[in-house]
Amino acid sequence: MSEDKLSLSRRSALKLIAVSAVTIPAADALAGTSHNGSKVYSATDPDLLNPSVEWEMLLNQEELEVLVDLCDLIIPADTVSPSASSLGAQNYINEYVSAPYQQNQDALKLVREGIAWLQNESAKRFEQVFPALIDKQKHDICNDIKWLQAAKPKHQLGARFFAIVRDLTATAFYTTNEGMADVGYIGNRPSQTFEGPSKELLKILEIES
Amino acid sequence: MAAVNVGSKTQYDAIVVGSGAGGGMSAYILAVSGLKVLMLEAGRAYNPVTETPMFNLPKDAPLRGGSTPDKPFGFYDATIDGGWKVPGEPYSQGSDDPSRQFKWWRSRMLGGRTNHWGRISLRMGEYDFKPYSRDGLGFDWPISYADLAPYYDKTEMLIGVYGSNEGLENTPDSPPGVLLPPPAPRAYELLAKKACEGLDIPVIPAHLSILSERLDHENIPQKLFPENKLAQKVTGQSMQSRAACFWATDCIRGCSIKANFQSTTVLIPPALATGNLDVVTDAMVREVTVDASGRAAGVIYIDKVTGLEKSAKARVVVVAASAAESSRILLNSKSSLFPDGLSNGSGLVGKYLMDTVGAGAGAQIPAFEGVPAHNEDGASAMHMYTPWWKYQEQLRGEMNFSRGYHIEMYGGRRQPVAGTFNGLEKFTEGAYGSDFKEACRRYFGTFFWFEGRGEMIPNKDCYLEIDNDRVDQWGIPVPKFHWKWGQEELNQAAHMQKTIAEIFEAMGGRVTSPIHTDGAKAIQNGGAVIHEVGSAMMGSDPNRSVLNEHCQSWEVPNLFVADGAPFVSNADKNPTLTIMALAWRTSDYIVEQLAKRNI
Repeated sequence: MSEDKLSLSRRSALKLIAVSAVTIPAADALAGTSHNGSKVYSATDPDLLNPSVEWEMLLNQEELEVLVDLCDLIIPADTVSPSASSLGAQNYINEYVSAPYQQNQDALKLVREGIAWLQNESAKRFEQVFPALIDKQKHDICNDIKWLQAAKPKHQLGARFFAIVRDLTATAFYTTNEGMADVGYIGNRPSQTFEGPSKELLKILEIES
Repeated sequence: MAAVNVGSKTQYDAIVVGSGAGGGMSAYILAVSGLKVLMLEAGRAYNPVTETPMFNLPKDAPLRGGSTPDKPFGFYDATIDGGWKVPGEPYSQGSDDPSRQFKWWRSRMLGGRTNHWGRISLRMGEYDFKPYSRDGLGFDWPISYADLAPYYDKTEMLIGVYGSNEGLENTPDSPPGVLLPPPAPRAYELLAKKACEGLDIPVIPAHLSILSERLDHENIPQKLFPENKLAQKVTGQSMQSRAACFWATDCIRGCSIKANFQSTTVLIPPALATGNLDVVTDAMVREVTVDASGRAAGVIYIDKVTGLEKSAKARVVVVAASAAESSRILLNSKSSLFPDGLSNGSGLVGKYLMDTVGAGAGAQIPAFEGVPAHNEDGASAMHMYTPWWKYQEQLRGEMNFSRGYHIEMYGGRRQPVAGTFNGLEKFTEGAYGSDFKEACRRYFGTFFWFEGRGEMIPNKDCYLEIDNDRVDQWGIPVPKFHWKWGQEELNQAAHMQKTIAEIFEAMGGRVTSPIHTDGAKAIQNGGAVIHEVGSAMMGSDPNRSVLNEHCQSWEVPNLFVADGAPFVSNADKNPTLTIMALAWRTSDYIVEQLAKRNI
């Protein structure tokens, strides 16, 4: 098979994918239909090309305001990328804890209890709700709950809460285009060849001298 | 994937129950051979060309595409109405002890599990067909490697498999020109190879059914079907419609450009193009019916859309519904002639169910911290792997387990998904803020997970029977599973974790998961690896097997089983390639026997 033919066909394939990944031709009544012609999506058979979240959001405004602050304490803006809340991380946390599965319902309980603990702790230490604190005061509390393994017994709930918020914030942020670019993920793009690692990388890894 | 009028009056030569690796291959071979074929699939119609979310991002999916009970392998996984739990289709366990349970994965869609599988396509070797002769455990197959080798050749040429020939023990080479070139190794695969050299562990190109180049549609069809113009035509057209891999997107989602193997892109379309195949979806087969002479007459199935019971008739019935489902159908096919279920004179239907031994370990490898950004998506799955390397030690009795395993390697700079940065506090003492962002940059792409995948020896404690007290939503009695790993498997699982930890340490890595010396803690539960095979074993003695060497029922000559159920052993080589090669061989036999009017 000639190289030209190969290249041409790959280009055609890339064109094809550009169409098929984005839209389903409405006329295609055969794909994904039952033999009576109807198509009913469900939780175990969702519309993969037009995803939607099928549950109500459960957190209230006060809770979201606390999460906005926490998201940005965990992932603040810097010269490389924006802050987590500016990319909607708090909305992802809401989506996660509102989902109808057991692990998500467990997470909702922890997040609600954690937010209440944080508000209470803020009032105890500084006579304010958490969002009203200045940065130094916020850090004062967060430093006590940032690592479950090192947190004092009285801070264990806060630390478990902080751990899940950090994990969820990281998922929310690093799955965005900005987050993927920040850590240097440069895949998910079609290519005619896969070259493998560069000479430079092989030298750094001491695989080649 | 057109549907047909269920009430059509076509007289079928063959009914094929199931549309995955075994059903797809059977329907394809029978249809290109000129037989009229009816395929019945329990799930819905599915077309990867129009339904696959190729470049779609996790951020656009619910929960960033993460695993849920509804979609266990994530939102974009090409599994429909499937998983270890299927709504309305319960099954029973013989024990409350999780280690004594078998978790049963199903996928209710055209093409079955081939839509999302790992594409790992390893040939069983000479030893693997005669394990009893080698170490006195389990059973020998009634066929040898030489019997199946021509079908491995043809299957690899048809579906397209990348890999290399290394001449290693019990790791068969393919004839020249059969395999496609393997992709370049990734950086971490090269580091693993270097580390393994010091441990005397081989690391070689993996074999996966992914097109690293386009298939030669002008020449392969003639080689596969020298005297069959119809087969050449439909196969050539199908091959021509498949593009080569463009080194992006995860194969688990399926492939809209048909660059990897799915029954729905490689087998069913050319079979349909013959005009000899009708496909009925949402057709849940309950039983195989027999006529007064004891021959298979057809099947009874539930039309899941209307809930009505329907029947279909044919000269031959091929059951390929997945191992446990096929055994369930046979056991539920009770009649006055066959009161214990069909083809169950030996009492072995449901017995000797097997899965693959699975145990793995994770590590963080500092060598990858701070390296320049590089794209290592590649073919999404492995480019390199470790085949079993201690056959001689086992032969000399130096190991405390008798069968082999291979090691699969995953990790590196994969697309960030739900949970990619979970648990980083262990490495950063709970960093947040700019320290956390720096940590994510530093640690991205430095985590790895290697999996051992090993042979299970069939045993009497692993089987399924019918639970007479429970039916699914279609009124069909459900299977009840019994499970117990043998000591061989437990020893092997512990060895897997120990070896993987040694490899990671030789790569300069820090192991991040427990390494158990107790195999019972290392091993995954039965069914977890989703390599369900056995339960209707073939053999050379009708009293000690369900099927003969052609996967033909000893008792019902026009009844065949063409999925993983006929397996006599479960080598560490992932079963799908062997299921297809065996189904092709069985289908050739059916065509020949029908032509000779023997069945």
